Amino acid sequence: MSTKKIIHGIYNDEEMLKSGAIKLRAARVRVKEVFSPFPIHGIDPIIGIERTWISICAFIYGLTGMSLALLMTWYMMVSDWPTDIGGKPSFAFYMALPAFIPVTFESTVFCAGHGMAITFFLRSWILPGVTPKNPDPRTTDNMFLMEIEAKPEDESRIVAMLKESGAAEVNVI
Amino acid sequence: MDTSGMNLNYTLSKKTKNICLALIAAGLVITIFGIVKHDQSPVQIQRIWSNIWVNIFFFFSISLGATFFFALQYAAEAAWAVAFKRIMEAVMKFLPVGAALVFIYCLLGVLHVHHTWKWLDVNASLNDVGLRNKSAFLNPAMFLGMTFVFLSVYVIYQRWACKSSLDADAGGDGVSIWKKNQRNSAIFLVIFGFTSVVAFWFWLMSIDAHWFSTLFGWYVFAGLWVGAIIVFNLLALHLKSKGQIEFLNDSHQHDMGKWMFAISFLWTYLWFAQFMLIWYANIPEEVTYYQSRWDDYRGLLWTMFFINFAIPMVMLMSRDAKRNRTFIFIVGVIILFFHWVDIFIMVMPGTVGAFGHIGLMEIGMFLASVGSFAWFVLNQLSKAPLLVKNHPYLGETLHFHI
Repeated sequence: MSTKKIIHGIYNDEEMLKSGAIKLRAARVRVKEVFSPFPIHGIDPIIGIERTWISICAFIYGLTGMSLALLMTWYMMVSDWPTDIGGKPSFAFYMALPAFIPVTFESTVFCAGHGMAITFFLRSWILPGVTPKNPDPRTTDNMFLMEIEAKPEDESRIVAMLKESGAAEVNVI
Repeated sequence: MDTSGMNLNYTLSKKTKNICLALIAAGLVITIFGIVKHDQSPVQIQRIWSNIWVNIFFFFSISLGATFFFALQYAAEAAWAVAFKRIMEAVMKFLPVGAALVFIYCLLGVLHVHHTWKWLDVNASLNDVGLRNKSAFLNPAMFLGMTFVFLSVYVIYQRWACKSSLDADAGGDGVSIWKKNQRNSAIFLVIFGFTSVVAFWFWLMSIDAHWFSTLFGWYVFAGLWVGAIIVFNLLALHLKSKGQIEFLNDSHQHDMGKWMFAISFLWTYLWFAQFMLIWYANIPEEVTYYQSRWDDYRGLLWTMFFINFAIPMVMLMSRDAKRNRTFIFIVGVIILFFHWVDIFIMVMPGTVGAFGHIGLMEIGMFLASVGSFAWFVLNQLSKAPLLVKNHPYLGETLHFHI
């Protein structure tokens, strides 16, 4: 049984939310999450989100795709059944390498792209049949919501700060 | 960002000027040494001319690429590039000089002073079915006429664009000047898109007159685009090192770095697409181009291709690297030289066969050209404030953040 309270500060304007978040962070209050209809420029450092690792993941997926394609073409065209197409040498892999570059490129892009998308869906848990984490459907339309997890004794202080920073609505759950 | 306290006037310092002069002097000495080292047979004389053409075309193409990129920013309504506008203009102002040199070189070719374009020799053309069939296009009148008309159009647009920028500074109506610029840039881009390809057929592809490639124009175009981007980056770094353009922030730098990364890939893609199809199809009339490069320039060809592809890819892939001035500088200097080598490999095999290689003469002429080009561009940079006035996107560019 959690003793923590969830506080939702709902704003009409993303700039108000940003300035509110800066004040809350200055007062050592942790902002758990922000829900918004569109990406808010510069919100990540304000609410203390670390830089994403997805670009590093993409690089690794790309390397995987490249290696797989090179392995596949080497095995099929050179090792298992050397194939001579248009008189191109197939005694060694490097001799016919230019012909395999387009496939390698496609495979690299395919693996990097799909890997990134799947990683994003898993990490954000956006999957078929999953209950949305979004606490208020209005944040898909015109409202901006800031979610704060706080101890019961801090509740009134945080509610006051949210209201002061221009929140249109503050709900405690 | 408040720009009132900034020093927006670049002055060419004595030290920078001396570096340029030293490059020119050292280059000339090395060139002369390289020339007298060889016998003065016709092929060695032609080697000197071919080198002149490589350098004229390379630096002309950088200013042409700058003009194209400048027009692109207007057509795309890009705000971030406004911070680079005066840097672009400084590079663009080399265009009239470069165009004049290109035209003079072409004229000398028609007058048989040098033999860069062998099809200009009437006897060779008459006895050669391949050339005779192309003579409706490959003839001296077409060659000089199209060169002159295309160059004039580029120079007219460039001069108008640079002048309108100063008009806005002098208190003109920024919005209406911007709108005229956008219209003219769009027109220029369409004209440039069609004419540049034809021009590159004449200037470079017809050196190997029997050979043709429909991709060639785009491939040269990608090369000159990346050349221009590198020069913008290096000029920005030079100004930063003088503490001059504080308004150019990390985000601007990041975007220019992205261009360097991206256009290197465009160039690689087009180079490889051209090579791979010709290599795979193995049709005699197409494969001659790569056969002569394969026989006599193999090491240089693959080094050039690999470096122009792998160095930007590996060193500029991460976000931090594109914001790191050391990385941008190292990559920029290396691939600028190897794009020059790219032009070198386009010109040499068709003009001097196996006699072309990067020796003292080539290095010397390259250094002298770099010195002259840098001196010219930096001198132009000192003639106007580094930040434009009365530009509708000025506020947006000063607050640019990604």
